[in-house]
Amino acid sequence: MRRYFSRKLLIYALTFFLAVTIDWLIPRFMPGNPVQTMLSRAALRAEAAKVLQSYYIRAFGLDLPLWQQYLNFWKALFHGDFGISIFLFPKPVIRVIMNAVPYDMFLLIPAILLSWIAGNRVGAIAARTKWLDNTVLPLGYILTATPYMWLAIVLAWALGIVLGIFPIAGAYSFALRPHLSWTFIKDLLWHWFLPFASLFLVMFGGWAIGMRNMIIYELEADYSRYLEALGAPQRLIRKYAFRNAMLPQITGLALQLGVIVAGALATEIVFSYPGIGYLILQAVQNQDYFLIQGCFLFIIVGVLLANFAIDIVYILVDPRTRLGMTGEAA
Amino acid sequence: MRKLPVFLSLLMVLSLVLSACAAPTPVVIEKEVPVEKEVVKTIVVEKEKLVEKPVVQTVVVEKEVPVERVVKETVVVEKEVVVEVTPEVPTVVTYPRNETLYTSGKQWGPPTSWNPIQPWAYAMGTIGLCYETLFLYDPLKNEYIPWLAESGEWVSDKVYEVKLREGVTWSDGEPFTADDVVFTFELGKMEAVYYHTLWDWLESAEKVDDYTVKFTFTEPLYQEWGNLLYSMAMVPKHLWEDRTEEEITTGDNLPPLGTGAYLYETHSEDRMVWVRNEDWWATKLLGLKVAPKYIVDIVNPSNNVALGLVLKGEIDLSNNFLPGINTLVKGGYGISTWYPEPPYMLAANTAFLFMNLTKKPMDDPAFRRAMAYAVDVNQIVNVVYGNIVQAADPSGLLPVWSQYIDQEVVDELGFSYDPDKAKEILAEAGYKDVDGDGFVEAPDGSKIELKIIVPFGWTDWMESIKVIANGAQAVEINLQPDFPDFGGYWDQLTGGTFDMAINNFGSNLSNTPWTFYDWLFQTPITDQMTNGNFGRYDNPEVFDLVVQLDKTPVEDIEGMKEVISKIQRIQLTDMPAIPFWYNGLWAQWNSTYWTNWPSAAEGAPKYLPCTWNGYWNMTALLMLTELKPVE
Repeated sequence: MRRYFSRKLLIYALTFFLAVTIDWLIPRFMPGNPVQTMLSRAALRAEAAKVLQSYYIRAFGLDLPLWQQYLNFWKALFHGDFGISIFLFPKPVIRVIMNAVPYDMFLLIPAILLSWIAGNRVGAIAARTKWLDNTVLPLGYILTATPYMWLAIVLAWALGIVLGIFPIAGAYSFALRPHLSWTFIKDLLWHWFLPFASLFLVMFGGWAIGMRNMIIYELEADYSRYLEALGAPQRLIRKYAFRNAMLPQITGLALQLGVIVAGALATEIVFSYPGIGYLILQAVQNQDYFLIQGCFLFIIVGVLLANFAIDIVYILVDPRTRLGMTGEAA
Repeated sequence: MRKLPVFLSLLMVLSLVLSACAAPTPVVIEKEVPVEKEVVKTIVVEKEKLVEKPVVQTVVVEKEVPVERVVKETVVVEKEVVVEVTPEVPTVVTYPRNETLYTSGKQWGPPTSWNPIQPWAYAMGTIGLCYETLFLYDPLKNEYIPWLAESGEWVSDKVYEVKLREGVTWSDGEPFTADDVVFTFELGKMEAVYYHTLWDWLESAEKVDDYTVKFTFTEPLYQEWGNLLYSMAMVPKHLWEDRTEEEITTGDNLPPLGTGAYLYETHSEDRMVWVRNEDWWATKLLGLKVAPKYIVDIVNPSNNVALGLVLKGEIDLSNNFLPGINTLVKGGYGISTWYPEPPYMLAANTAFLFMNLTKKPMDDPAFRRAMAYAVDVNQIVNVVYGNIVQAADPSGLLPVWSQYIDQEVVDELGFSYDPDKAKEILAEAGYKDVDGDGFVEAPDGSKIELKIIVPFGWTDWMESIKVIANGAQAVEINLQPDFPDFGGYWDQLTGGTFDMAINNFGSNLSNTPWTFYDWLFQTPITDQMTNGNFGRYDNPEVFDLVVQLDKTPVEDIEGMKEVISKIQRIQLTDMPAIPFWYNGLWAQWNSTYWTNWPSAAEGAPKYLPCTWNGYWNMTALLMLTELKPVE
């Protein structure tokens, strides 16, 4: 057991180091200069622009040789310092992320979890109910195959503009200041519903199809046949099939949760919902090295944690892994 | 176990509701609170001797603690102690629709800075609504409007004296005086302050008395000075003098405290909210009152959302570029623009075609002239923009500067769309299709393969350069459009590796065409041209003329015209860059909740309806005093 985990941890540490290095390196390969891009928005007189540019290149430490910048980056990282955003100057990167990510969690965690539960249930039932298979499945295919952007725009247009039931922008009404009251909570949920629903629909289709196919596969497997031959009740067979079919779904879920910090770019654009996704896009466009680094660092950590969680969950839910480990230890 | 995810997601929702409720930054709430004043009169008899000034001290206390302060006096003094009793009143949480102005267009990301000396970063309204300038400038009338200054004049060639308005106060109640002005200008001695270079030609800024400041120049640059007078925001010395250089240049300055008509209310990821300053000096001194109690500026949404919000009346004033707005203005949706018909918008800056003069064949004036004739600007105006922009004058000067256009020079040397003429010029200069591929080769026989660039995603410009490339191809110049991302575009442009590009960054509306020429003929030419003259046009004669223009007093219109006419002649002869169209001052508004918008209509206020940086002090602020809520 210990050997299993220590080996896993070593691999994770290595992956982390490599991923963070690549994350640091790639933005610096982009053509252009972030400080120039930042100052190009200021419409400054030329002499002033020159002075400011050299000042800020020094201030951001971009005048140092690359290896020095790289070392400084690790040094700062171990002090918990992610630097200052260039695009959102002078806000520290960590605060940019902390202010934006809650909106994504609010949106994505319910959407992912609920669609996962609902998708798995419906998929499992559809696998053995003819009429459901004939209705839900095509619908699921249509939903997953629909370009998300299009679906979201149709939702926003139909329910937001034509019917005018839902708002089309913002996380809460522009006329409200956040406070604890029913008015505010209702408003928050009202603004949350469309983005949530669009994500839920698309993800639901994916999970349902996956589950249905897995169940059918498991029901055809040798162990199911054997159980059937032994005269085991259908319920029992299905229970086993379901447990086996869950495994890849759990991996998928964990990975989805791992990249939550990346936000939901398309949703944020279509519904003008604040979040980190759109900021990452703008950070890339503005070559904001520090914000890109910060965001991707969190994504890397998220994915690694999710993987680690899968490793543990597998031990719990899949006896085969447990057996494998004891065999290894012996 | 199965219920866990459901429970977790509910927990998430709940915790996020709670966390969203916690305002991002604590704001001291002291507005809108009815204040009862208790005046406690105490008579204090002190036997101690020797304190020079008889002092009457006013002590303002926030909590209900009655306080008596004993002040040492030589004589018996009647002293007032004012105790403000502040009852607990909940914050204003809903902004009433009829008191709130919703705007959009300036903010491209979450507001992160309220520091007026970070002009590329500060939140919408930081200069203009909160921090104010000595003068306002009205580009439509070419007038400087005394603002924090009561007057200002050149008392001699090298000395400028500003008289400040008495009675202006910072929003914390401190008076605004000459100390603040001197302090603000002296901040520029720090390298990282954007007006640092001012000190190359300014010798000193001295306080004469509390309301007079004297500026002595080593070399007065009148035009540039005129520009600074209305663009530099004054900051409070009493709050800033203890800050370190780093805090001043890189701090976010939250909450901002200025002399302006609005106070910081709150901000979040997608909005910036200002609330009216009820004690604004201009109400008392000039009888001006800004109509909206709240201004909520919405971080720029994507085009479709912005359009939807304007249509639904959820944004009152949008300064976004919205393609197709012309059909909505005509269509009876209650949306208006400055003009009810083409060109709909005022002109804000000039889009130039820059050509890289360090490369062949762009180094040949004949080739550049042929380019000018080859492009069908009307197609860009009509098809790409749907008539919301205007074709530029061959001089490139904005309509507000039309008095400086020397029509004789333009008639003689100007250009217009004429592909035959373009071909003729090319043939005369020796450009000929030698290898029969349908494109001309240079006179020395070398192949011409050129690219024209604009940033990816700037859809109007992307379409425009397709028109330009088509025009060039029609006269057999092999020019292809290319769309690198902004960083790549900017890198090619400033580094001088591009062939041709569109740019307009420094051609903005201002008090003087000097800013325009200073950008167009930026000098000296270095490896990195970050602010104009991207094509590296090197002509000392025109550089000298631009400096000469800068040294011409702003009132000397004739003198300015004379210099500008010379510049125009050189510009139109050499064609280092070609002006094609005026980008609009994008502004569309919905009159459902607010009326009396500024426009070209008769009787309407003539102020710029614009929330962008630098426009509040170009009369947009006065627009707020004219708006009327719909009953």
